[in-house]
Amino acid sequence: MRPFLTAAWLIARKDLTVEVRSREIVATTVFFAVSCTLVFAFSLVQEGRTVVDAAAGLLWIAIAFSGTLALGRTFERERFNDTLRALMLAPSDRPAIYVGKLLGILAMLLAVELVLVPLVGLLFQAPLLAHPGLIGALVLLGTLGFCAVGTLFAAMLVRTRSRDVLLPVVLYPLTIPVIIAGVRGTVAVLASPPDLAMAQFWIGLLASFDAVFILLALWTFEPVMTE
Amino acid sequence: MDFDRISFTNVSRYFERRRALSHVTLECAGGEIVGLLGHNGAGKSTLLSIAATLLRPSAGEIRYGTAAFDDAGPDVRRRIGVLGHETQLYGELTATENLRFFASLYGMNRIEDRVALALSRAELSRRAHDAVSGFSRGMRQRLALERALLHEPRLLLLDEPFTGLDHHASLAMADRLASLAAEGRIVLLATHDLDLAERVVTRAAILRDGRLAAIHNDPRSLRARYLDAQIGTG
Repeated sequence: MRPFLTAAWLIARKDLTVEVRSREIVATTVFFAVSCTLVFAFSLVQEGRTVVDAAAGLLWIAIAFSGTLALGRTFERERFNDTLRALMLAPSDRPAIYVGKLLGILAMLLAVELVLVPLVGLLFQAPLLAHPGLIGALVLLGTLGFCAVGTLFAAMLVRTRSRDVLLPVVLYPLTIPVIIAGVRGTVAVLASPPDLAMAQFWIGLLASFDAVFILLALWTFEPVMTE
Repeated sequence: MDFDRISFTNVSRYFERRRALSHVTLECAGGEIVGLLGHNGAGKSTLLSIAATLLRPSAGEIRYGTAAFDDAGPDVRRRIGVLGHETQLYGELTATENLRFFASLYGMNRIEDRVALALSRAELSRRAHDAVSGFSRGMRQRLALERALLHEPRLLLLDEPFTGLDHHASLAMADRLASLAAEGRIVLLATHDLDLAERVVTRAAILRDGRLAAIHNDPRSLRARYLDAQIGTG
Protein backbone atom coordinates (compact mmCIF):
# COMPACT_ATOMS: atom_id res chain seq x y z
CA MET A 1 0.00 0.00 0.00
CA ARG A 2 2.83 2.40 0.83
CA PRO A 3 4.49 2.31 -2.65
CA PHE A 4 1.03 2.92 -4.16
CA LEU A 5 0.43 6.01 -2.03
CA THR A 6 4.01 7.23 -2.55
CA ALA A 7 3.64 7.02 -6.34
CA ALA A 8 0.26 8.79 -6.22
CA TRP A 9 1.70 11.54 -4.03
CA LEU A 10 4.76 11.97 -6.30
CA ILE A 11 2.55 12.37 -9.36
CA ALA A 12 0.20 14.82 -7.63
CA ARG A 13 3.14 16.85 -6.30
CA LYS A 14 4.75 16.89 -9.76
CA ASP A 15 1.48 18.15 -11.32
CA LEU A 16 1.22 20.92 -8.75
CA THR A 17 4.88 21.90 -9.21
CA VAL A 18 4.37 22.10 -12.98
CA GLU A 19 1.24 24.19 -12.40
CA VAL A 20 2.99 26.56 -9.98
CA ARG A 21 5.67 27.13 -12.65
CA SER A 22 3.31 27.60 -15.60
CA ARG A 23 0.18 28.92 -13.82
CA GLU A 24 -1.63 27.82 -16.95
CA ILE A 25 -4.52 25.69 -15.75
CA VAL A 26 -5.60 27.56 -12.61
CA ALA A 27 -5.29 30.97 -14.30
CA THR A 28 -7.29 30.01 -17.41
CA THR A 29 -9.85 28.09 -15.37
CA VAL A 30 -10.38 30.97 -12.93
CA PHE A 31 -10.74 33.36 -15.88
CA PHE A 32 -13.29 31.05 -17.49
CA ALA A 33 -15.25 30.52 -14.25
CA VAL A 34 -15.37 34.26 -13.51
CA SER A 35 -16.48 35.06 -17.08
CA CYS A 36 -19.17 32.40 -16.89
CA THR A 37 -20.42 33.76 -13.55
CA LEU A 38 -20.48 37.35 -14.79
CA VAL A 39 -22.43 36.47 -17.92
CA PHE A 40 -25.05 34.61 -15.87
CA ALA A 41 -25.15 37.41 -13.29
CA PHE A 42 -25.97 39.97 -16.00
CA SER A 43 -28.87 37.87 -17.27
CA LEU A 44 -30.24 36.42 -14.00
CA VAL A 45 -29.85 39.35 -11.60
CA GLN A 46 -32.38 42.11 -12.36
CA GLU A 47 -32.51 45.23 -10.17
CA GLY A 48 -30.79 43.42 -7.34
CA ARG A 49 -33.18 40.46 -7.38
CA THR A 50 -32.14 37.03 -8.51
CA VAL A 51 -34.06 34.11 -9.95
CA VAL A 52 -34.81 31.62 -7.16
CA ASP A 53 -32.05 28.99 -6.78
CA ALA A 54 -30.04 30.53 -9.62
CA ALA A 55 -26.91 30.77 -7.46
CA ALA A 56 -26.88 27.03 -6.76
CA GLY A 57 -27.37 26.15 -10.44
CA LEU A 58 -24.81 28.64 -11.65
CA LEU A 59 -22.21 27.51 -9.10
CA TRP A 60 -22.39 23.92 -10.28
CA ILE A 61 -22.49 24.85 -13.97
CA ALA A 62 -19.29 26.84 -13.46
CA ILE A 63 -17.68 23.96 -11.54
CA ALA A 64 -18.57 21.46 -14.28
CA PHE A 65 -17.39 23.67 -17.17
CA SER A 66 -14.20 24.73 -15.39
CA GLY A 67 -13.51 21.14 -14.37
CA THR A 68 -13.79 19.96 -17.97
CA LEU A 69 -11.34 22.64 -19.06
CA ALA A 70 -8.85 21.70 -16.31
CA LEU A 71 -9.13 17.97 -17.02
CA GLY A 72 -8.45 18.46 -20.72
CA ARG A 73 -5.41 20.66 -20.13
CA THR A 74 -3.91 18.41 -17.46
CA PHE A 75 -3.86 15.41 -19.76
CA GLU A 76 -2.83 17.48 -22.77
CA ARG A 77 0.36 18.22 -20.82
CA GLU A 78 0.99 14.50 -20.34
CA ARG A 79 0.35 13.88 -24.04
CA PHE A 80 2.62 16.65 -25.29
CA ASN A 81 5.94 14.94 -24.53
CA ASP A 82 4.44 11.48 -24.17
CA THR A 83 5.03 11.57 -20.43
CA LEU A 84 1.89 9.55 -19.76
CA ARG A 85 3.70 6.56 -21.30
CA ALA A 86 6.64 7.18 -18.99
CA LEU A 87 4.27 7.12 -16.02
CA MET A 88 2.64 3.93 -17.34
CA LEU A 89 6.08 2.30 -17.50
CA ALA A 90 6.91 3.02 -13.88
CA PRO A 91 6.95 -0.04 -11.61
CA SER A 92 4.14 1.24 -9.42
CA ASP A 93 0.61 -0.09 -9.68
CA ARG A 94 -0.97 1.75 -12.60
CA PRO A 95 -4.05 2.87 -10.64
CA ALA A 96 -1.60 4.98 -8.57
CA ILE A 97 -1.30 7.18 -11.68
CA TYR A 98 -5.06 7.65 -11.60
CA VAL A 99 -5.03 8.60 -7.92
CA GLY A 100 -2.09 10.99 -8.40
CA LYS A 101 -3.72 12.75 -11.34
CA LEU A 102 -7.04 12.88 -9.47
CA LEU A 103 -5.41 14.54 -6.43
CA GLY A 104 -3.60 17.07 -8.63
CA ILE A 105 -6.74 18.06 -10.56
CA LEU A 106 -8.78 18.17 -7.35
CA ALA A 107 -6.28 20.55 -5.71
CA MET A 108 -6.31 22.83 -8.77
CA LEU A 109 -10.11 22.92 -8.97
CA LEU A 110 -10.44 23.59 -5.24
CA ALA A 111 -8.11 26.57 -5.72
CA VAL A 112 -10.43 27.82 -8.49
CA GLU A 113 -13.45 27.32 -6.22
CA LEU A 114 -11.86 29.50 -3.53
CA VAL A 115 -12.46 32.36 -5.98
CA LEU A 116 -15.67 31.06 -7.51
CA VAL A 117 -17.77 30.41 -4.39
CA PRO A 118 -17.41 33.90 -2.82
CA LEU A 119 -17.91 35.48 -6.26
CA VAL A 120 -21.19 33.63 -6.83
CA GLY A 121 -22.27 34.50 -3.27
CA LEU A 122 -21.51 38.18 -3.91
CA LEU A 123 -23.06 38.55 -7.36
CA PHE A 124 -26.18 36.49 -6.59
CA GLN A 125 -26.57 37.77 -3.01
CA ALA A 126 -26.55 34.17 -1.81
CA PRO A 127 -25.41 33.40 1.78
CA LEU A 128 -22.98 30.72 0.55
CA LEU A 129 -20.59 31.39 3.41
CA ALA A 130 -23.26 31.32 6.16
CA HIS A 131 -22.74 27.58 6.57
CA PRO A 132 -19.13 27.14 5.45
CA GLY A 133 -18.88 23.55 6.69
CA LEU A 134 -21.87 22.34 4.67
CA ILE A 135 -20.99 24.31 1.54
CA GLY A 136 -17.38 23.20 1.88
CA ALA A 137 -18.41 19.54 2.14
CA LEU A 138 -20.79 19.84 -0.83
CA VAL A 139 -18.20 21.54 -3.04
CA LEU A 140 -15.38 19.18 -1.98
CA LEU A 141 -17.38 15.97 -2.46
CA GLY A 142 -19.06 17.22 -5.66
CA THR A 143 -15.74 18.23 -7.18
CA LEU A 144 -14.19 14.94 -6.12
CA GLY A 145 -16.98 12.98 -7.81
CA PHE A 146 -16.73 15.05 -10.99
CA CYS A 147 -12.93 14.66 -11.08
CA ALA A 148 -13.12 10.93 -10.26
CA VAL A 149 -15.08 10.25 -13.44
CA GLY A 150 -13.32 12.96 -15.43
CA THR A 151 -9.79 11.76 -14.66
CA LEU A 152 -10.58 8.26 -15.89
CA PHE A 153 -12.15 9.42 -19.15
CA ALA A 154 -9.61 12.18 -19.80
CA ALA A 155 -6.85 9.56 -19.45
CA MET A 156 -8.68 7.14 -21.74
CA LEU A 157 -9.30 9.78 -24.40
CA VAL A 158 -5.87 11.37 -24.31
CA ARG A 159 -4.71 9.54 -27.45
CA THR A 160 -7.91 10.07 -29.44
CA ARG A 161 -8.00 12.77 -32.07
CA SER A 162 -11.36 14.29 -31.04
CA ARG A 163 -10.69 14.19 -27.28
CA ASP A 164 -11.76 17.82 -26.73
CA VAL A 165 -15.23 17.06 -28.10
CA LEU A 166 -15.57 13.57 -26.66
CA LEU A 167 -14.66 14.42 -23.06
CA PRO A 168 -17.70 16.62 -22.28
CA VAL A 169 -19.97 14.35 -24.33
CA VAL A 170 -18.98 11.37 -22.18
CA LEU A 171 -18.47 13.22 -18.92
CA TYR A 172 -21.66 15.25 -18.45
CA PRO A 173 -24.19 12.41 -18.71
CA LEU A 174 -22.13 10.29 -16.29
CA THR A 175 -21.72 13.06 -13.73
CA ILE A 176 -25.38 14.18 -13.77
CA PRO A 177 -26.00 12.48 -10.38
CA VAL A 178 -23.10 14.46 -8.86
CA ILE A 179 -24.28 17.76 -10.36
CA ILE A 180 -27.90 17.18 -9.24
CA ALA A 181 -26.80 16.24 -5.71
CA GLY A 182 -24.55 19.31 -5.59
CA VAL A 183 -27.31 21.66 -6.80
CA ARG A 184 -30.00 20.24 -4.50
CA GLY A 185 -27.64 20.24 -1.50
CA THR A 186 -26.67 23.87 -2.20
CA VAL A 187 -30.35 24.86 -2.60
CA ALA A 188 -31.08 23.28 0.79
CA VAL A 189 -28.26 25.27 2.43
CA LEU A 190 -29.38 28.53 0.78
CA ALA A 191 -33.09 28.04 1.67
CA SER A 192 -34.60 30.40 4.18
CA PRO A 193 -34.49 28.91 6.74
CA PRO A 194 -31.73 26.48 5.70
CA ASP A 195 -32.83 22.85 5.43
CA LEU A 196 -29.75 21.39 7.11
CA ALA A 197 -31.09 17.83 7.30
CA MET A 198 -31.69 17.82 3.54
CA ALA A 199 -28.23 19.27 2.91
CA GLN A 200 -26.68 16.50 5.00
CA PHE A 201 -28.68 13.92 3.04
CA TRP A 202 -27.24 15.22 -0.25
CA ILE A 203 -23.75 15.29 1.26
CA GLY A 204 -24.13 11.63 2.24
CA LEU A 205 -25.35 10.80 -1.26
CA LEU A 206 -22.36 12.61 -2.81
CA ALA A 207 -19.98 10.66 -0.55
CA SER A 208 -21.62 7.43 -1.76
CA PHE A 209 -21.30 8.48 -5.43
CA ASP A 210 -17.65 9.32 -4.89
CA ALA A 211 -16.90 5.96 -3.28
CA VAL A 212 -18.57 4.08 -6.15
CA PHE A 213 -16.95 6.16 -8.90
CA ILE A 214 -13.46 5.96 -7.39
CA LEU A 215 -13.68 2.20 -6.83
CA LEU A 216 -14.88 1.63 -10.40
CA ALA A 217 -12.13 3.85 -11.78
CA LEU A 218 -9.42 2.07 -9.75
CA TRP A 219 -10.73 -1.25 -11.01
CA THR A 220 -10.88 -0.26 -14.69
CA PHE A 221 -7.89 2.10 -15.05
CA GLU A 222 -5.20 -0.44 -15.93
CA PRO A 223 -7.25 -2.46 -18.46
CA VAL A 224 -8.49 0.63 -20.29
CA MET A 225 -5.05 2.24 -20.38
CA THR A 226 -3.23 -0.84 -21.71
CA GLU A 227 -4.47 -0.75 -25.29
CA MET B 1 12.55 -10.08 -11.11
CA ASP B 2 15.40 -10.17 -13.59
CA PHE B 3 15.52 -11.85 -17.00
CA ASP B 4 18.22 -12.50 -19.56
CA ARG B 5 16.17 -12.53 -22.76
CA ILE B 6 12.93 -11.40 -24.32
CA SER B 7 11.18 -13.61 -26.85
CA PHE B 8 8.32 -12.89 -29.22
CA THR B 9 6.54 -15.93 -30.67
CA ASN B 10 4.06 -15.42 -33.50
CA VAL B 11 3.15 -11.99 -32.18
CA SER B 12 0.43 -10.15 -34.10
CA ARG B 13 -1.27 -6.87 -33.38
CA TYR B 14 -4.29 -5.37 -35.11
CA PHE B 15 -5.73 -1.90 -34.68
CA GLU B 16 -9.35 -2.63 -35.55
CA ARG B 17 -8.95 -4.05 -39.07
CA ARG B 18 -5.50 -2.68 -39.75
CA ARG B 19 -2.66 -5.14 -39.29
CA ALA B 20 0.32 -3.55 -37.56
CA LEU B 21 2.25 -6.74 -36.80
CA SER B 22 1.82 -10.21 -38.17
CA HIS B 23 3.33 -13.41 -36.77
CA VAL B 24 6.61 -11.90 -35.62
CA THR B 25 8.97 -14.36 -33.97
CA LEU B 26 12.16 -12.95 -32.53
CA GLU B 27 14.40 -13.57 -29.54
CA CYS B 28 16.85 -11.07 -28.09
CA ALA B 29 19.37 -11.98 -25.40
CA GLY B 30 21.51 -10.00 -23.00
CA GLY B 31 24.57 -8.48 -24.66
CA GLU B 32 22.80 -7.99 -27.98
CA ILE B 33 21.82 -4.80 -29.73
CA VAL B 34 19.03 -5.83 -32.07
CA GLY B 35 18.21 -3.26 -34.72
CA LEU B 36 14.58 -3.07 -35.86
CA LEU B 37 14.66 -1.65 -39.36
CA GLY B 38 11.87 -0.84 -41.74
CA HIS B 39 9.91 1.92 -43.44
CA ASN B 40 7.39 4.09 -41.61
CA GLY B 41 4.44 1.92 -40.60
CA ALA B 42 6.46 -1.31 -40.81
CA GLY B 43 5.58 -2.17 -37.20
CA LYS B 44 8.78 -1.16 -35.36
CA SER B 45 7.13 1.15 -32.83
CA THR B 46 4.26 -1.28 -32.30
CA LEU B 47 6.72 -4.07 -31.49
CA LEU B 48 8.56 -1.80 -29.04
CA SER B 49 5.28 -0.72 -27.38
CA ILE B 50 4.31 -4.36 -26.92
CA ALA B 51 7.75 -5.16 -25.46
CA ALA B 52 7.27 -2.20 -23.10
CA THR B 53 3.93 -3.70 -21.89
CA LEU B 54 2.08 -0.61 -23.15
CA LEU B 55 0.23 -2.48 -25.89
CA ARG B 56 -1.33 -5.92 -25.71
CA PRO B 57 -0.62 -8.29 -28.58
CA SER B 58 -3.73 -9.43 -30.44
CA ALA B 59 -2.17 -12.89 -30.72
CA GLY B 60 1.08 -14.66 -29.91
CA GLU B 61 3.28 -14.95 -26.88
CA ILE B 62 5.88 -12.69 -25.30
CA ARG B 63 8.19 -13.81 -22.54
CA TYR B 64 10.57 -11.83 -20.36
CA GLY B 65 12.87 -14.69 -19.35
CA THR B 66 10.29 -17.09 -17.96
CA ALA B 67 7.61 -14.50 -17.19
CA ALA B 68 4.70 -14.29 -19.63
CA PHE B 69 3.30 -10.97 -20.85
CA ASP B 70 0.17 -11.24 -18.70
CA ASP B 71 2.35 -11.68 -15.60
CA ALA B 72 4.51 -8.69 -16.50
CA GLY B 73 3.55 -6.39 -13.66
CA PRO B 74 5.61 -3.83 -11.77
CA ASP B 75 8.53 -6.25 -11.25
CA VAL B 76 9.08 -6.66 -15.00
CA ARG B 77 8.47 -2.97 -15.71
CA ARG B 78 11.19 -2.14 -13.18
CA ARG B 79 13.65 -3.86 -15.54
CA ILE B 80 12.52 -2.05 -18.71
CA GLY B 81 13.80 1.32 -19.92
CA VAL B 82 12.20 3.13 -22.85
CA LEU B 83 13.31 6.04 -24.97
CA GLY B 84 10.46 6.84 -27.32
CA HIS B 85 9.81 9.25 -30.19
CA GLU B 86 9.21 11.98 -27.62
CA THR B 87 11.57 12.74 -24.77
CA GLN B 88 9.08 11.90 -22.00
CA LEU B 89 10.39 14.81 -19.92
CA TYR B 90 8.47 17.65 -18.27
CA GLY B 91 9.49 20.95 -19.86
CA GLU B 92 8.51 23.03 -16.83
CA LEU B 93 10.76 21.02 -14.50
CA THR B 94 14.55 21.30 -14.37
CA ALA B 95 16.82 18.48 -15.52
CA THR B 96 17.47 17.55 -11.88
CA GLU B 97 13.77 17.63 -10.97
CA ASN B 98 12.88 15.41 -13.93
CA LEU B 99 15.48 12.81 -12.99
CA ARG B 100 14.64 13.03 -9.29
CA PHE B 101 10.93 12.56 -10.03
CA PHE B 102 11.47 9.42 -12.10
CA ALA B 103 14.05 8.03 -9.66
CA SER B 104 11.54 8.46 -6.82
CA LEU B 105 8.80 6.88 -8.91
CA TYR B 106 11.04 3.84 -9.43
CA GLY B 107 11.63 3.66 -5.67
CA MET B 108 15.39 3.97 -6.07
CA ASN B 109 17.88 4.62 -3.28
CA ARG B 110 20.85 7.04 -3.39
CA ILE B 111 18.77 9.26 -5.64
CA GLU B 112 21.01 12.34 -5.48
CA ASP B 113 24.11 10.33 -6.43
CA ARG B 114 22.32 8.69 -9.35
CA VAL B 115 20.92 11.99 -10.57
CA ALA B 116 24.36 13.63 -10.42
CA LEU B 117 25.89 10.72 -12.36
CA ALA B 118 23.11 10.81 -14.98
CA LEU B 119 23.55 14.56 -15.46
CA SER B 120 27.29 14.08 -15.83
CA ARG B 121 26.80 11.35 -18.44
CA ALA B 122 24.38 13.57 -20.34
CA GLU B 123 26.98 16.37 -20.15
CA LEU B 124 24.35 18.55 -18.51
CA SER B 125 25.80 19.09 -15.03
CA ARG B 126 26.10 22.83 -15.67
CA ARG B 127 22.46 23.04 -16.78
CA ALA B 128 21.17 20.83 -13.96
CA HIS B 129 18.91 23.52 -12.54
CA ASP B 130 17.59 24.88 -15.84
CA ALA B 131 14.10 24.09 -17.07
CA VAL B 132 14.12 21.41 -19.77
CA SER B 133 11.93 23.58 -22.03
CA GLY B 134 15.01 25.75 -22.63
CA PHE B 135 17.16 22.84 -23.81
CA SER B 136 18.01 22.09 -27.44
CA ARG B 137 16.61 18.91 -28.98
CA GLY B 138 19.98 17.19 -28.64
CA MET B 139 20.31 18.10 -24.95
CA ARG B 140 16.78 16.84 -24.27
CA GLN B 141 17.54 13.62 -26.13
CA ARG B 142 20.69 13.01 -24.06
CA LEU B 143 18.78 13.70 -20.85
CA ALA B 144 15.94 11.42 -22.03
CA LEU B 145 18.40 8.56 -22.56
CA GLU B 146 19.77 9.00 -19.05
CA ARG B 147 16.22 9.12 -17.69
CA ALA B 148 15.53 5.81 -19.41
CA LEU B 149 18.73 4.33 -17.93
CA LEU B 150 18.37 5.79 -14.45
CA HIS B 151 16.98 2.57 -12.94
CA GLU B 152 19.57 0.36 -14.71
CA PRO B 153 17.08 -1.58 -16.83
CA ARG B 154 17.84 -5.03 -18.20
CA LEU B 155 15.82 -4.38 -21.38
CA LEU B 156 16.34 -1.09 -23.16
CA LEU B 157 13.83 -0.13 -25.88
CA LEU B 158 14.87 2.75 -28.12
CA ASP B 159 12.71 4.29 -30.82
CA GLU B 160 14.75 6.52 -33.15
CA PRO B 161 17.20 7.50 -30.39
CA PHE B 162 19.48 9.44 -32.74
CA THR B 163 16.76 11.99 -33.61
CA GLY B 164 18.01 15.53 -33.07
CA LEU B 165 21.57 14.52 -32.26
CA ASP B 166 24.51 15.91 -34.21
CA HIS B 167 27.15 13.56 -35.63
CA HIS B 168 29.36 13.73 -32.54
CA ALA B 169 26.46 13.12 -30.15
CA SER B 170 25.14 10.26 -32.33
CA LEU B 171 28.51 8.53 -32.21
CA ALA B 172 28.70 9.08 -28.46
CA MET B 173 25.25 7.52 -28.06
CA ALA B 174 26.27 4.59 -30.29
CA ASP B 175 29.30 4.01 -28.05
CA ARG B 176 27.10 4.26 -24.96
CA LEU B 177 24.72 1.62 -26.37
CA ALA B 178 27.65 -0.67 -27.11
CA SER B 179 28.88 -0.34 -23.52
CA LEU B 180 25.37 -1.04 -22.19
CA ALA B 181 25.17 -4.21 -24.27
CA ALA B 182 28.62 -5.21 -23.02
CA GLU B 183 27.19 -5.01 -19.49
CA GLY B 184 24.69 -7.70 -20.46
CA ARG B 185 21.67 -5.54 -21.21
CA ILE B 186 19.25 -6.35 -24.00
CA VAL B 187 18.97 -3.43 -26.40
CA LEU B 188 16.18 -3.23 -28.99
CA LEU B 189 16.68 -0.29 -31.28
CA ALA B 190 14.28 0.97 -33.97
CA THR B 191 15.96 3.30 -36.43
CA HIS B 192 15.97 4.59 -39.99
CA ASP B 193 19.64 5.48 -39.80
CA LEU B 194 21.31 2.58 -41.56
CA ASP B 195 24.83 3.99 -41.20
CA LEU B 196 24.51 4.20 -37.42
CA ALA B 197 22.67 0.87 -37.34
CA GLU B 198 25.59 -0.76 -39.17
CA ARG B 199 27.93 0.72 -36.60
CA VAL B 200 26.03 -0.22 -33.47
CA VAL B 201 23.73 -3.24 -33.92
CA THR B 202 24.87 -6.81 -33.46
CA ARG B 203 21.82 -8.23 -35.26
CA ALA B 204 19.27 -6.66 -37.57
CA ALA B 205 15.59 -7.57 -37.90
CA ILE B 206 13.97 -6.05 -40.96
CA LEU B 207 10.22 -5.49 -40.81
CA ARG B 208 8.01 -4.97 -43.83
CA ASP B 209 4.25 -4.35 -43.56
CA GLY B 210 4.20 -5.78 -40.05
CA ARG B 211 5.99 -8.97 -41.01
CA LEU B 212 9.54 -9.97 -40.17
CA ALA B 213 11.10 -9.87 -43.65
CA ALA B 214 14.65 -10.89 -42.69
CA ILE B 215 17.07 -11.30 -39.81
CA HIS B 216 20.76 -10.66 -40.35
CA ASN B 217 23.21 -11.87 -37.77
CA ASP B 218 26.02 -9.97 -39.47
CA PRO B 219 25.05 -6.31 -39.75
CA ARG B 220 27.76 -5.45 -42.29
CA SER B 221 26.49 -4.22 -45.67
CA LEU B 222 23.18 -3.59 -43.98
CA ARG B 223 22.06 -1.03 -46.54
CA ALA B 224 22.16 -3.51 -49.44
CA ARG B 225 20.45 -6.23 -47.38
CA TYR B 226 17.84 -3.76 -46.18
CA LEU B 227 16.97 -2.81 -49.76
CA ASP B 228 16.81 -6.48 -50.74
CA ALA B 229 14.45 -7.20 -47.84
CA GLN B 230 12.24 -4.23 -48.66
CA ILE B 231 11.75 -5.34 -52.26
CA GLY B 232 11.25 -8.92 -51.19
CA THR B 233 14.43 -10.61 -52.33
CA GLY B 234 16.24 -10.63 -48.97
